Amino acid sequence: MTVPNLVGAGLIVIGAGIGLGKIGGSAMEGIARQPEATGKIQTAMIIIAALLEGLAFGALFLGK
Amino acid sequence: MRVLKTPFVLATTLFILLFSNGINAKSQEDKKEGAVNTKEEVEEYILHHIKDSHDFHLFSYTNSEGERKHIGFPLPVIVWSSEGLVTFMSSKFHHDDSGHHIVEASGTRFAKLHGKIYELQPGAESITFDEEHHATNATKVLDFSITKSVLGIVLVGLLMLLLFGSLAKQYKSKKVPTGFGRVLEPLVIYVRDEIAKPNIGDKKYRQFTGYLLTVFFFIWILNLLGLTPLGFNVTGQLAVTAALAIFTLIIYTVKGNKDYWQHMLWMPGVPVLIRPVLAVIELAGAFLIKPFSLLVRLFANISAGHIVVMSLIAILITMKAEMGVVGSSLLSFVLSLFITLIEVLVAFLQAYIFTMLSALFIGMAVAEHDHHHEHDEHGHDKVDAEDVRGNYI
Repeated sequence: MTVPNLVGAGLIVIGAGIGLGKIGGSAMEGIARQPEATGKIQTAMIIIAALLEGLAFGALFLGK
Repeated sequence: MRVLKTPFVLATTLFILLFSNGINAKSQEDKKEGAVNTKEEVEEYILHHIKDSHDFHLFSYTNSEGERKHIGFPLPVIVWSSEGLVTFMSSKFHHDDSGHHIVEASGTRFAKLHGKIYELQPGAESITFDEEHHATNATKVLDFSITKSVLGIVLVGLLMLLLFGSLAKQYKSKKVPTGFGRVLEPLVIYVRDEIAKPNIGDKKYRQFTGYLLTVFFFIWILNLLGLTPLGFNVTGQLAVTAALAIFTLIIYTVKGNKDYWQHMLWMPGVPVLIRPVLAVIELAGAFLIKPFSLLVRLFANISAGHIVVMSLIAILITMKAEMGVVGSSLLSFVLSLFITLIEVLVAFLQAYIFTMLSALFIGMAVAEHDHHHEHDEHGHDKVDAEDVRGNYI
Protein backbone atom coordinates (compact mmCIF):
# COMPACT_ATOMS: atom_id res chain seq x y z
CA MET A 1 0.00 0.00 0.00
CA THR A 2 1.24 3.43 -0.90
CA VAL A 3 0.91 6.52 1.28
CA PRO A 4 -2.09 8.06 -0.60
CA ASN A 5 -3.91 4.75 -0.29
CA LEU A 6 -3.30 4.62 3.43
CA VAL A 7 -4.43 8.23 3.87
CA GLY A 8 -7.55 7.47 1.84
CA ALA A 9 -8.28 4.38 3.92
CA GLY A 10 -7.90 6.51 7.05
CA LEU A 11 -10.32 9.11 5.69
CA ILE A 12 -12.84 6.39 4.83
CA VAL A 13 -12.60 4.97 8.33
CA ILE A 14 -13.04 8.45 9.86
CA GLY A 15 -16.13 9.07 7.76
CA ALA A 16 -17.61 5.65 8.47
CA GLY A 17 -16.86 6.09 12.16
CA ILE A 18 -18.68 9.41 12.30
CA GLY A 19 -21.63 7.91 10.45
CA LEU A 20 -21.83 4.80 12.60
CA GLY A 21 -21.50 6.92 15.72
CA LYS A 22 -24.40 9.11 14.68
CA ILE A 23 -26.55 6.09 13.84
CA GLY A 24 -25.73 4.34 17.10
CA GLY A 25 -26.13 7.50 19.17
CA SER A 26 -29.51 8.35 17.67
CA ALA A 27 -30.69 4.77 18.15
CA MET A 28 -29.62 4.90 21.80
CA GLU A 29 -31.51 8.14 22.28
CA GLY A 30 -34.56 6.69 20.58
CA ILE A 31 -34.44 3.57 22.73
CA ALA A 32 -34.05 5.66 25.88
CA ARG A 33 -37.07 7.74 24.95
CA GLN A 34 -39.21 4.83 23.86
CA PRO A 35 -37.94 1.55 25.31
CA GLU A 36 -40.98 -0.29 23.95
CA ALA A 37 -39.80 0.40 20.38
CA THR A 38 -36.37 -1.15 20.99
CA GLY A 39 -36.82 -4.00 18.52
CA LYS A 40 -37.92 -1.81 15.63
CA ILE A 41 -35.21 0.77 16.29
CA GLN A 42 -32.53 -1.91 16.42
CA THR A 43 -33.61 -3.42 13.10
CA ALA A 44 -33.62 -0.04 11.40
CA MET A 45 -30.27 0.79 12.97
CA ILE A 46 -28.67 -2.43 11.71
CA ILE A 47 -30.01 -1.88 8.18
CA ILE A 48 -28.67 1.67 7.98
CA ALA A 49 -25.39 0.65 9.57
CA ALA A 50 -25.10 -2.16 6.98
CA LEU A 51 -25.77 0.26 4.12
CA LEU A 52 -23.10 2.61 5.45
CA GLU A 53 -20.71 -0.26 5.96
CA GLY A 54 -21.25 -1.39 2.38
CA LEU A 55 -20.34 2.09 1.17
CA ALA A 56 -17.21 2.20 3.34
CA PHE A 57 -16.10 -1.28 2.31
CA GLY A 58 -16.77 -0.46 -1.31
CA ALA A 59 -14.51 2.57 -1.06
CA LEU A 60 -11.80 0.59 0.74
CA PHE A 61 -12.06 -2.18 -1.84
CA LEU A 62 -11.84 0.19 -4.81
CA GLY A 63 -8.86 1.96 -3.29
CA LYS A 64 -6.94 -1.23 -2.59
CA MET B 1 -14.91 -8.83 45.40
CA ARG B 2 -12.46 -10.78 47.48
CA VAL B 3 -13.40 -13.90 45.60
CA LEU B 4 -12.73 -12.15 42.32
CA LYS B 5 -9.43 -10.70 43.45
CA THR B 6 -7.67 -13.94 44.16
CA PRO B 7 -7.86 -15.39 40.64
CA PHE B 8 -6.89 -11.99 39.27
CA VAL B 9 -3.76 -11.85 41.43
CA LEU B 10 -3.01 -15.42 40.51
CA ALA B 11 -3.37 -14.70 36.81
CA THR B 12 -1.16 -11.62 37.07
CA THR B 13 1.53 -13.52 38.94
CA LEU B 14 1.36 -16.30 36.39
CA PHE B 15 1.64 -13.79 33.56
CA ILE B 16 4.67 -12.09 35.13
CA LEU B 17 6.29 -15.46 35.69
CA LEU B 18 5.70 -16.40 32.08
CA PHE B 19 7.15 -13.12 30.93
CA SER B 20 10.28 -13.54 32.97
CA ASN B 21 10.53 -16.99 31.50
CA GLY B 22 10.15 -15.41 28.08
CA ILE B 23 13.00 -12.99 28.70
CA ASN B 24 15.26 -15.88 29.58
CA ALA B 25 14.16 -17.72 26.47
CA LYS B 26 14.84 -14.68 24.32
CA SER B 27 18.59 -14.80 24.66
CA GLN B 28 18.53 -18.44 23.60
CA GLU B 29 16.22 -17.70 20.68
CA ASP B 30 18.57 -15.11 19.23
CA LYS B 31 21.41 -17.56 19.12
CA LYS B 32 19.42 -20.45 17.75
CA GLU B 33 17.32 -18.93 15.01
CA GLY B 34 18.06 -16.41 12.37
CA ALA B 35 15.36 -14.96 10.15
CA VAL B 36 13.32 -18.09 9.50
CA ASN B 37 9.95 -16.89 10.77
CA THR B 38 9.90 -13.52 9.09
CA LYS B 39 7.01 -11.14 8.67
CA GLU B 40 6.94 -11.74 4.91
CA GLU B 41 6.39 -15.44 5.42
CA VAL B 42 3.46 -14.77 7.76
CA GLU B 43 1.96 -12.28 5.33
CA GLU B 44 2.29 -14.74 2.48
CA TYR B 45 0.71 -17.47 4.58
CA ILE B 46 -2.29 -15.27 5.43
CA LEU B 47 -2.80 -14.24 1.81
CA HIS B 48 -2.52 -17.88 0.79
CA HIS B 49 -5.25 -18.77 3.28
CA ILE B 50 -7.59 -16.03 2.05
CA LYS B 51 -7.35 -17.26 -1.54
CA ASP B 52 -9.04 -20.30 -2.99
CA SER B 53 -6.77 -23.25 -3.77
CA HIS B 54 -6.71 -26.33 -5.94
CA ASP B 55 -5.87 -28.71 -3.11
CA PHE B 56 -7.10 -29.16 0.42
CA HIS B 57 -4.12 -28.11 2.47
CA LEU B 58 -4.32 -28.48 6.25
CA PHE B 59 -0.76 -27.67 7.32
CA SER B 60 2.84 -28.28 6.38
CA TYR B 61 6.07 -28.74 8.31
CA THR B 62 9.75 -29.33 7.72
CA ASN B 63 10.96 -32.68 9.01
CA SER B 64 14.33 -33.50 10.51
CA GLU B 65 15.84 -34.22 7.08
CA GLY B 66 14.89 -30.74 5.93
CA GLU B 67 12.11 -31.92 3.64
CA ARG B 68 8.92 -29.89 3.37
CA LYS B 69 5.93 -32.11 4.17
CA HIS B 70 2.38 -31.08 3.29
CA ILE B 71 -0.59 -32.57 5.10
CA GLY B 72 -3.88 -32.52 3.22
CA PHE B 73 -5.46 -34.18 0.21
CA PRO B 74 -5.61 -33.34 -3.50
CA LEU B 75 -8.74 -32.23 -5.33
CA PRO B 76 -9.65 -32.87 -8.97
CA VAL B 77 -8.60 -30.31 -11.54
CA ILE B 78 -11.06 -29.94 -14.41
CA VAL B 79 -10.03 -27.57 -17.18
CA TRP B 80 -11.28 -26.76 -20.65
CA SER B 81 -8.17 -26.54 -22.79
CA SER B 82 -7.52 -26.53 -26.54
CA GLU B 83 -7.78 -30.34 -26.42
CA GLY B 84 -11.20 -30.23 -24.77
CA LEU B 85 -12.02 -31.26 -21.25
CA VAL B 86 -8.97 -32.44 -19.28
CA THR B 87 -9.05 -33.81 -15.75
CA PHE B 88 -6.28 -34.82 -13.37
CA MET B 89 -5.62 -34.65 -9.64
CA SER B 90 -4.05 -31.52 -8.23
CA SER B 91 -1.40 -33.63 -6.49
CA LYS B 92 0.38 -33.75 -9.87
CA PHE B 93 1.46 -30.15 -9.32
CA HIS B 94 3.32 -31.19 -6.13
CA HIS B 95 2.26 -27.97 -4.32
CA ASP B 96 4.09 -25.89 -6.88
CA ASP B 97 2.60 -22.47 -7.46
CA SER B 98 5.41 -20.80 -9.39
CA GLY B 99 4.77 -22.38 -12.80
CA HIS B 100 7.96 -24.49 -12.76
CA HIS B 101 6.33 -27.87 -12.35
CA ILE B 102 4.85 -28.98 -15.68
CA VAL B 103 2.01 -31.49 -15.75
CA GLU B 104 1.30 -33.43 -18.91
CA ALA B 105 -2.27 -34.62 -19.41
CA SER B 106 -4.13 -35.58 -22.61
CA GLY B 107 -1.28 -34.36 -24.79
CA THR B 108 -1.20 -30.83 -23.36
CA ARG B 109 1.10 -29.33 -20.78
CA PHE B 110 -0.20 -27.41 -17.78
CA ALA B 111 1.44 -25.33 -15.09
CA LYS B 112 0.08 -23.59 -12.03
CA LEU B 113 1.08 -20.00 -11.46
CA HIS B 114 -0.27 -17.90 -8.57
CA GLY B 115 -3.27 -20.18 -8.12
CA LYS B 116 -4.25 -20.07 -11.81
CA ILE B 117 -3.79 -22.94 -14.23
CA TYR B 118 -2.03 -22.14 -17.50
CA GLU B 119 -1.85 -24.18 -20.66
CA LEU B 120 1.54 -24.17 -22.34
CA GLN B 121 1.68 -23.55 -26.06
CA PRO B 122 2.52 -26.62 -28.18
CA GLY B 123 6.20 -27.44 -28.10
CA ALA B 124 6.96 -25.34 -25.04
CA GLU B 125 8.91 -27.17 -22.36
CA SER B 126 8.69 -24.59 -19.59
CA ILE B 127 7.07 -21.22 -18.97
CA THR B 128 9.06 -18.15 -19.90
CA PHE B 129 8.34 -14.82 -18.23
CA ASP B 130 8.58 -11.22 -19.37
CA GLU B 131 9.88 -8.40 -17.14
CA GLU B 132 6.58 -8.03 -15.28
CA HIS B 133 6.57 -11.73 -14.49
CA HIS B 134 3.70 -12.51 -16.85
CA ALA B 135 3.84 -15.79 -18.73
CA THR B 136 4.66 -15.28 -22.42
CA ASN B 137 4.14 -18.74 -23.90
CA ALA B 138 1.17 -19.94 -21.86
CA THR B 139 -2.51 -19.01 -21.76
CA LYS B 140 -5.10 -19.25 -19.01
CA VAL B 141 -7.64 -22.04 -19.36
CA LEU B 142 -11.29 -22.18 -18.39
CA ASP B 143 -11.11 -23.69 -14.94
CA PHE B 144 -14.02 -25.78 -13.65
CA SER B 145 -11.95 -27.48 -10.95
CA ILE B 146 -13.41 -28.72 -7.69
CA THR B 147 -11.43 -26.26 -5.62
CA LYS B 148 -11.52 -25.96 -1.86
CA SER B 149 -14.35 -23.42 -2.00
CA VAL B 150 -16.37 -25.57 -4.39
CA LEU B 151 -15.89 -28.49 -2.01
CA GLY B 152 -17.14 -26.30 0.83
CA ILE B 153 -20.19 -25.21 -1.15
CA VAL B 154 -21.04 -28.80 -2.09
CA LEU B 155 -20.59 -30.00 1.49
CA VAL B 156 -22.80 -27.25 2.89
CA GLY B 157 -25.38 -27.87 0.17
CA LEU B 158 -25.56 -31.56 1.04
CA LEU B 159 -25.69 -30.76 4.75
CA MET B 160 -28.56 -28.36 4.19
CA LEU B 161 -30.44 -30.87 2.03
CA LEU B 162 -30.03 -33.44 4.79
CA LEU B 163 -31.02 -31.14 7.66
CA PHE B 164 -33.93 -29.33 6.04
CA GLY B 165 -35.11 -32.35 4.09
CA SER B 166 -35.52 -34.30 7.31
CA LEU B 167 -37.13 -31.29 8.97
CA ALA B 168 -39.65 -30.95 6.14
CA LYS B 169 -40.39 -34.67 6.25
CA GLN B 170 -41.18 -34.52 9.95
CA TYR B 171 -44.07 -32.12 9.43
CA LYS B 172 -45.93 -34.76 7.43
CA SER B 173 -46.23 -37.15 10.38
CA LYS B 174 -46.16 -34.89 13.44
CA LYS B 175 -46.67 -31.27 14.34
CA VAL B 176 -43.56 -30.70 16.43
CA PRO B 177 -40.16 -31.58 14.98
CA THR B 178 -37.79 -33.70 17.01
CA GLY B 179 -34.02 -33.91 17.16
CA PHE B 180 -32.01 -31.22 15.40
CA GLY B 181 -35.18 -29.95 13.78
CA ARG B 182 -36.03 -28.28 17.07
CA VAL B 183 -32.98 -26.07 16.66
CA LEU B 184 -33.79 -25.23 13.06
CA GLU B 185 -37.50 -24.52 13.39
CA PRO B 186 -37.18 -21.32 15.45
CA LEU B 187 -34.53 -20.04 13.03
CA VAL B 188 -36.75 -20.75 10.04
CA ILE B 189 -39.65 -18.99 11.74
CA TYR B 190 -37.37 -16.11 12.69
CA VAL B 191 -36.36 -15.57 9.05
CA ARG B 192 -39.97 -15.82 7.94
CA ASP B 193 -41.54 -13.57 10.57
CA GLU B 194 -38.76 -11.05 11.19
CA ILE B 195 -37.13 -10.76 7.78
CA ALA B 196 -39.50 -11.86 5.01
CA LYS B 197 -42.88 -10.70 6.33
CA PRO B 198 -42.11 -7.13 7.45
CA ASN B 199 -39.98 -6.32 4.40
CA ILE B 200 -41.92 -7.94 1.58
CA GLY B 201 -45.46 -7.65 2.89
CA ASP B 202 -48.05 -10.07 4.17
CA LYS B 203 -49.48 -10.90 0.75
CA LYS B 204 -46.35 -11.78 -1.20
CA TYR B 205 -43.77 -12.95 1.30
CA ARG B 206 -44.46 -16.67 0.80
CA GLN B 207 -42.93 -17.07 -2.65
CA PHE B 208 -39.67 -15.40 -1.60
CA THR B 209 -39.27 -17.05 1.80
CA GLY B 210 -37.66 -20.12 0.24
CA TYR B 211 -34.93 -18.07 -1.38
CA LEU B 212 -34.34 -15.99 1.73
CA LEU B 213 -34.11 -19.08 3.94
CA THR B 214 -31.67 -20.75 1.56
CA VAL B 215 -29.45 -17.70 1.35
CA PHE B 216 -29.54 -17.14 5.11
CA PHE B 217 -28.57 -20.66 6.09
CA PHE B 218 -26.08 -21.03 3.23
CA ILE B 219 -24.18 -17.89 4.22
CA TRP B 220 -24.44 -18.57 7.93
CA ILE B 221 -23.20 -22.17 7.77
CA LEU B 222 -20.38 -21.22 5.40
CA ASN B 223 -19.36 -18.33 7.67
CA LEU B 224 -19.25 -20.68 10.65
CA LEU B 225 -17.34 -23.25 8.60
CA GLY B 226 -14.78 -20.54 7.89
CA LEU B 227 -14.12 -20.23 11.63
CA THR B 228 -13.09 -23.87 11.96
CA PRO B 229 -9.42 -24.78 11.52
CA LEU B 230 -10.25 -26.49 8.21
CA GLY B 231 -9.36 -23.24 6.49
CA PHE B 232 -12.42 -22.72 4.32
CA ASN B 233 -12.91 -19.13 3.23
CA VAL B 234 -15.89 -19.51 0.92
CA THR B 235 -17.96 -16.43 1.76
CA GLY B 236 -14.71 -14.47 1.59
CA GLN B 237 -14.42 -15.22 -2.14
CA LEU B 238 -15.63 -12.45 -4.42
CA ALA B 239 -17.01 -14.96 -6.93
CA VAL B 240 -19.26 -16.60 -4.33
CA THR B 241 -20.66 -13.38 -2.90
CA ALA B 242 -21.07 -11.99 -6.42
CA ALA B 243 -23.12 -15.03 -7.43
CA LEU B 244 -25.34 -14.63 -4.37
CA ALA B 245 -25.82 -10.92 -5.08
CA ILE B 246 -26.66 -11.70 -8.72
CA PHE B 247 -29.38 -14.13 -7.55
CA THR B 248 -30.98 -11.32 -5.57
CA LEU B 249 -30.56 -8.96 -8.53
CA ILE B 250 -32.29 -11.43 -10.87
CA ILE B 251 -35.16 -11.96 -8.44
CA TYR B 252 -35.99 -8.32 -7.88
CA THR B 253 -35.51 -7.48 -11.55
CA VAL B 254 -37.74 -10.28 -12.81
CA LYS B 255 -40.36 -9.95 -10.09
CA GLY B 256 -40.46 -6.14 -10.17
CA ASN B 257 -43.96 -4.93 -10.95
CA LYS B 258 -45.21 -2.10 -13.15
CA ASP B 259 -45.01 0.49 -10.39
CA TYR B 260 -41.40 -0.42 -9.68
CA TRP B 261 -40.32 0.09 -13.27
CA GLN B 262 -42.41 3.23 -13.65
CA HIS B 263 -40.91 4.79 -10.56
CA MET B 264 -37.48 3.86 -11.79
CA LEU B 265 -37.71 4.96 -15.43
CA TRP B 266 -40.39 7.65 -15.73
CA MET B 267 -41.34 8.65 -12.23
CA PRO B 268 -44.61 10.52 -11.83
CA GLY B 269 -44.69 13.87 -10.14
CA VAL B 270 -41.17 14.88 -11.09
CA PRO B 271 -40.45 17.68 -13.62
CA VAL B 272 -40.03 16.09 -17.05
CA LEU B 273 -36.55 17.51 -17.59
CA ILE B 274 -35.23 15.90 -14.42
CA ARG B 275 -36.79 12.49 -15.13
CA PRO B 276 -34.01 11.15 -17.41
CA VAL B 277 -31.33 12.23 -14.93
CA LEU B 278 -33.11 10.50 -12.09
CA ALA B 279 -33.73 7.45 -14.27
CA VAL B 280 -29.99 7.07 -14.86
CA ILE B 281 -29.33 7.28 -11.12
CA GLU B 282 -32.13 4.84 -10.35
CA LEU B 283 -30.90 2.36 -12.96
CA ALA B 284 -27.35 2.56 -11.64
CA GLY B 285 -28.70 2.05 -8.14
CA ALA B 286 -30.77 -0.99 -9.07
CA PHE B 287 -28.27 -2.76 -11.31
CA LEU B 288 -24.90 -1.72 -9.91
CA ILE B 289 -24.94 -0.19 -6.46
CA LYS B 290 -27.38 -2.55 -4.75
CA PRO B 291 -25.69 -5.81 -5.85
CA PHE B 292 -22.23 -4.29 -5.42
CA SER B 293 -22.92 -3.24 -1.86
CA LEU B 294 -24.35 -6.69 -1.10
CA LEU B 295 -21.38 -8.56 -2.47
CA VAL B 296 -18.63 -6.30 -1.18
CA ARG B 297 -20.07 -6.14 2.34
CA LEU B 298 -20.12 -9.89 2.80
CA PHE B 299 -16.76 -10.42 1.11
CA ALA B 300 -14.99 -7.66 3.02
CA ASN B 301 -16.43 -8.56 6.41
CA ILE B 302 -15.52 -12.21 6.18
CA SER B 303 -12.11 -11.66 4.61
CA ALA B 304 -11.24 -8.97 7.14
CA GLY B 305 -12.31 -11.27 9.97
CA HIS B 306 -10.12 -14.06 8.65
CA ILE B 307 -7.14 -11.76 8.21
CA VAL B 308 -7.50 -10.42 11.76
CA VAL B 309 -7.78 -13.89 13.30
CA MET B 310 -4.82 -15.15 11.26
CA SER B 311 -2.75 -12.10 12.19
CA LEU B 312 -3.48 -12.63 15.87
CA ILE B 313 -2.50 -16.26 15.59
CA ALA B 314 0.66 -15.07 13.85
CA ILE B 315 1.64 -13.18 17.03
CA LEU B 316 2.77 -16.63 18.09
CA ILE B 317 5.54 -16.41 15.54
CA THR B 318 6.23 -12.71 15.16
CA MET B 319 6.44 -11.95 18.90
CA LYS B 320 8.30 -15.11 19.86
CA ALA B 321 11.64 -13.35 20.06
CA GLU B 322 10.29 -10.54 22.26
CA MET B 323 8.00 -12.45 24.58
CA GLY B 324 9.17 -16.02 24.61
CA VAL B 325 7.28 -19.09 23.53
CA VAL B 326 4.80 -19.20 26.41
CA GLY B 327 4.18 -15.45 26.58
CA SER B 328 3.49 -15.11 22.87
CA SER B 329 1.30 -18.23 22.86
CA LEU B 330 -0.74 -16.90 25.75
CA LEU B 331 -1.16 -13.45 24.20
CA SER B 332 -2.03 -14.91 20.81
CA PHE B 333 -4.46 -17.40 22.36
CA VAL B 334 -6.32 -14.79 24.42
CA LEU B 335 -6.59 -12.26 21.57
CA SER B 336 -7.54 -14.75 18.86
CA LEU B 337 -10.11 -16.41 21.14
CA PHE B 338 -11.66 -13.01 21.78
CA ILE B 339 -11.79 -12.08 18.09
CA THR B 340 -13.04 -15.54 17.11
CA LEU B 341 -15.97 -15.14 19.48
CA ILE B 342 -16.76 -11.79 17.89
CA GLU B 343 -16.48 -13.49 14.49
CA VAL B 344 -19.17 -15.97 15.55
CA LEU B 345 -21.45 -12.97 16.06
CA VAL B 346 -20.33 -11.44 12.74
CA ALA B 347 -21.04 -14.74 10.98
CA PHE B 348 -24.67 -14.53 12.04
CA LEU B 349 -24.92 -10.77 11.56
CA GLN B 350 -23.63 -10.86 7.98
CA ALA B 351 -26.00 -13.69 7.03
CA TYR B 352 -28.83 -11.69 8.65
CA ILE B 353 -27.89 -8.46 6.88
CA PHE B 354 -27.55 -10.12 3.48
CA THR B 355 -30.95 -11.77 3.87
CA MET B 356 -32.51 -8.63 5.31
CA LEU B 357 -31.26 -6.40 2.48
CA SER B 358 -32.29 -8.98 -0.13
CA ALA B 359 -35.77 -9.00 1.40
CA LEU B 360 -35.78 -5.20 1.46
CA PHE B 361 -34.79 -4.93 -2.22
CA ILE B 362 -37.33 -7.56 -3.24
CA GLY B 363 -39.96 -5.83 -1.14
CA MET B 364 -39.25 -2.52 -2.87
CA ALA B 365 -39.70 -4.17 -6.26
CA VAL B 366 -42.97 -5.95 -5.51
CA ALA B 367 -44.60 -3.32 -3.25
CA GLU B 368 -48.03 -2.19 -4.30
CA HIS B 369 -48.23 1.57 -4.32
CA ASP B 370 -51.55 2.80 -3.11
CA HIS B 371 -50.92 6.55 -3.22
CA HIS B 372 -53.76 7.21 -5.65
CA HIS B 373 -56.05 5.45 -3.27
CA GLU B 374 -54.80 7.59 -0.38
CA HIS B 375 -55.24 10.76 -2.32
CA ASP B 376 -58.79 9.86 -3.11
CA GLU B 377 -59.49 9.70 0.55
CA HIS B 378 -58.46 13.29 0.93
CA GLY B 379 -60.88 14.30 -1.76
CA HIS B 380 -58.41 15.25 -4.49
CA ASP B 381 -58.79 13.94 -8.01
CA LYS B 382 -55.12 13.51 -8.71
CA VAL B 383 -52.40 14.83 -6.44
CA ASP B 384 -48.89 14.77 -7.77
CA ALA B 385 -45.67 15.84 -6.21
CA GLU B 386 -45.98 19.03 -8.28
CA ASP B 387 -48.94 20.12 -6.18
CA VAL B 388 -47.22 19.13 -2.97
CA ARG B 389 -44.16 21.10 -4.02
CA GLY B 390 -46.38 24.12 -4.64
CA ASN B 391 -47.46 24.01 -1.03
CA TYR B 392 -43.90 24.08 0.18
CA ILE B 393 -42.80 26.94 -2.06
